[in-house]
Amino acid sequence: MRSEQFQERQIELDGWPVKLISYRIGTKYICQADNVSPGACLARFSADSAEEAESQALSKARHLLSKTKRRAI
Amino acid sequence: MTDYAHPEVLVETDWLSGRVSDPALRIVEVDVDNAAYGLGHIPGAIAWNWTTQLSDSIKRDILSKEELEALLSKSGIKPETTIVLYGDSNNWFAAWAFWQLKIYGHKDVRILNGGRKKWLAEGREVTDETPSFSPTQYKAQEPNLSLRAFLPQVQDALRKNAAALVDVRSPQEFTGEILAPPGLPETCQRGGHIPGARNIPWGKACNDDGTFKSFDELRSLYAGEGVDGSKPTIAYCRIGERSSHTWFVLSYLLGFPNVVNYDGSWTEWGNLVGAPVERRTAVVTGT
Repeated sequence: MRSEQFQERQIELDGWPVKLISYRIGTKYICQADNVSPGACLARFSADSAEEAESQALSKARHLLSKTKRRAI
Repeated sequence: MTDYAHPEVLVETDWLSGRVSDPALRIVEVDVDNAAYGLGHIPGAIAWNWTTQLSDSIKRDILSKEELEALLSKSGIKPETTIVLYGDSNNWFAAWAFWQLKIYGHKDVRILNGGRKKWLAEGREVTDETPSFSPTQYKAQEPNLSLRAFLPQVQDALRKNAAALVDVRSPQEFTGEILAPPGLPETCQRGGHIPGARNIPWGKACNDDGTFKSFDELRSLYAGEGVDGSKPTIAYCRIGERSSHTWFVLSYLLGFPNVVNYDGSWTEWGNLVGAPVERRTAVVTGT
């Protein structure tokens, strides 16, 4: 078994830059959402389709990012 | 191009792909959690959970000598075993494991250059099978705490201006705009950084494919912020894993002689009553 269809792309999610890392292993599609800075994993899901994996990863990442407060400095 | 100070601590994906069955090697994946390992990992690799197996589960601390011995024994590791570490987030947690293994004196520890991401991006073989190994009776060395900074040492260095402080968090954490990486729980009462620290985010040390930048690029990056190894260097972040990555870069790739990881990091300093905090400092770092 090999990893296939590996791809990365950057999007903006509610004002935060997020990197989406997607690949397939066997019959499972995996999508991971990381914050771009500093690069921490926010969510990772596997599903039977790339769309479903990405949808779930985005949903959880958006939920977590909504809790982050920006402060005046 | 100048080679790294200790090139032997890095292995490339090509090198490892031909050795996954080598009994002299133990390949260990260390991620933010073990879920990614379960989805597929390098054949022959085992997983260590950094929160439950590479940290004291009661008090905030690294593993005790006995706990490390138990982990390595259970993993079938002997003192002469070559341990190859890799993980997600460009090896953050693999570096955390590397740092602890060096504290306890394991001789041959290496990091897979590019980590999990590069292995997957190259379409290399993966498996969901978890290997098992015969347990050993591993005996670790006494901890070498010269690799680790505790709070009093950092406070003393600050008072005496005796060390280069490297804050490896993101610029937004450094300035105090946010208290934790976006999307992660806030774990401190105050935002900002230790006065005088230079902000050199850990990721500046890596290429897009997750591999480390060249010696010359790294030397230029840190020297551009006045960090050249001429005086003791203290790396810190939020919880100590990103700073162990930078500790690895400064100690093993650049060969600085006196680098310590302050693993108490901002979750300690940013919660101290009366500790000096600096904010808003302009952030200028190399590329």
